[in-house]
Amino acid sequence: MDQFTQLTVDALTLGSVYALIALGYTLIYGVLKLLNFAHGDVFMVGSFIGFGVLQLLGGTDNPVVPVWALLVIITFAAMAGCATLGVVIERFAYRPLRDAPRIAPLISALGVSFFLANSMQLLFGADPRNYNTFDLSNGALYLRGIDIGNVRVPLLRIITIVAAFVLMVLLWFLVNRTRTGKAMRATSFDREAAAMMGIDIDRVIVFTFVLGSALAGAAGVLFAVRVPTTVSIGFVAGLKGFTAAVIGGIGSIPGAMAGGLILGFAESYTQGYVSTKWSDLVVFSILIAFMIFRPQGLLGRPDISKV
Amino acid sequence: MSLLELDNVDTYYGQIHILQGLSIRIEPGELVCLLGGNASGKSTTLKTILGIVRPRTGMVRIEGEDVTKRPTSYRIGRGLAIVPENRRLFAPMTVLENLEMGAYLRGGGAKEDFERVYELFPLLHERRAQLAGTLSGGEQQMVAMGRALMSRPKLLLMDEPSMGLAPILVEKNFEIIEQVHQSGVAILVVEQNANVSLSIADRGYVLSTGRLVLEGKAADLRENEDLRKAYLGR
Repeated sequence: MDQFTQLTVDALTLGSVYALIALGYTLIYGVLKLLNFAHGDVFMVGSFIGFGVLQLLGGTDNPVVPVWALLVIITFAAMAGCATLGVVIERFAYRPLRDAPRIAPLISALGVSFFLANSMQLLFGADPRNYNTFDLSNGALYLRGIDIGNVRVPLLRIITIVAAFVLMVLLWFLVNRTRTGKAMRATSFDREAAAMMGIDIDRVIVFTFVLGSALAGAAGVLFAVRVPTTVSIGFVAGLKGFTAAVIGGIGSIPGAMAGGLILGFAESYTQGYVSTKWSDLVVFSILIAFMIFRPQGLLGRPDISKV
Repeated sequence: MSLLELDNVDTYYGQIHILQGLSIRIEPGELVCLLGGNASGKSTTLKTILGIVRPRTGMVRIEGEDVTKRPTSYRIGRGLAIVPENRRLFAPMTVLENLEMGAYLRGGGAKEDFERVYELFPLLHERRAQLAGTLSGGEQQMVAMGRALMSRPKLLLMDEPSMGLAPILVEKNFEIIEQVHQSGVAILVVEQNANVSLSIADRGYVLSTGRLVLEGKAADLRENEDLRKAYLGR
């Protein structure tokens, strides 16, 4: 029972980070029909921005602001930095290819992915960066928390999960309740019809990159507060986020959230009950099963082409 | 000053020359129809007016202002609105949200705008929370029309309003077009169905393979022998 609780908490932490990455994939795919393979590397850059800002604020040993403010500031800094990065990527790597065949921006995306990973390695080296969050207020983030049975759920886990869900709720609100969000949905359903309503498609696309990349930045920090980050995490993180988006139904926002959580649970339970070695096998087997039996994903709409 | 003017416009799709020296104009408050068969360039004319495609030569003017190089959103802001062919509703969004998108440049629509549309189509008020994709064809046509009117257009463009509708709905639809026209909105109806559109229009243009072949008062066009042979049967 205790192991189950422990694994479930792990699953939620991992799953909510995957969900945030998957949301970026799904948002950008929704409006642009582009698989932004650079998205995982934006996530990686986010984790580094968080690390950099943390050092600027005195590091974990000597923070110049209270712990809660520290966490908020590094998250927002990563979100803002990644949003900017996303806008730049869109402007220079995708917009010139807007009317090119679909394979061209896809290859451009792979190029951006390599560019980001390798530039970061040149700039910062391949060593892992550890936020050392354990040292914040003498380990309070790890030692304090909520007890469920004999398991103590550390404060840091709770913060991670809650932050991810708050971001998802905010996104849901933005997309469903605001004028810009509705314009995004309209554009993603029928770009030309949206333009006919007077919606500035370029602005909607830029806004989508801001949103998706900011979520990736937040995910980068929420991931790296627990696990040391390196310049090479982008590839695997991107792959997992992409898988989650596809399982949930690419283009579907609730789908991306569900897909991320499914992946988190699959990975965590496999690691706990079977073997760590098997977890990626299980995760990608789920992807293959979906591709065979439900290619549109959990909540996606089947792609009906007009004749 | 004409509300809308296409001045000697040539539009291409790649190498293919679609519109060939086309000039049309629409005065404020007029109801004009643009007739033509398949591949006559009707849709391209609308796309040129809206700026979805740009002409290689020639000019598009709205109230005298050259908008040839302006994007679609600018032209919508200058008073154009369209009911596209096959309606093109945002199916996964509610009726209300579809209407809001129509008034996108006006901040999502004022209360009066909604009231005006609901007065014209009381059913839409009833169905406002329903997803647009779940409505019947006739109801969807109402949403498309309401959505276009939400922007308070000076010129309403209608692309094939009779397409895919039952005859009784076509008649109903044209009644609504007349009603909107009487409220002072200029309308350009693009149609294959010459009979019904000429019966309500002030003037008409006839396109064939991208060229203007006939123009004149609707009443005269109705009597025109060539047009009768080509479109009206008998």
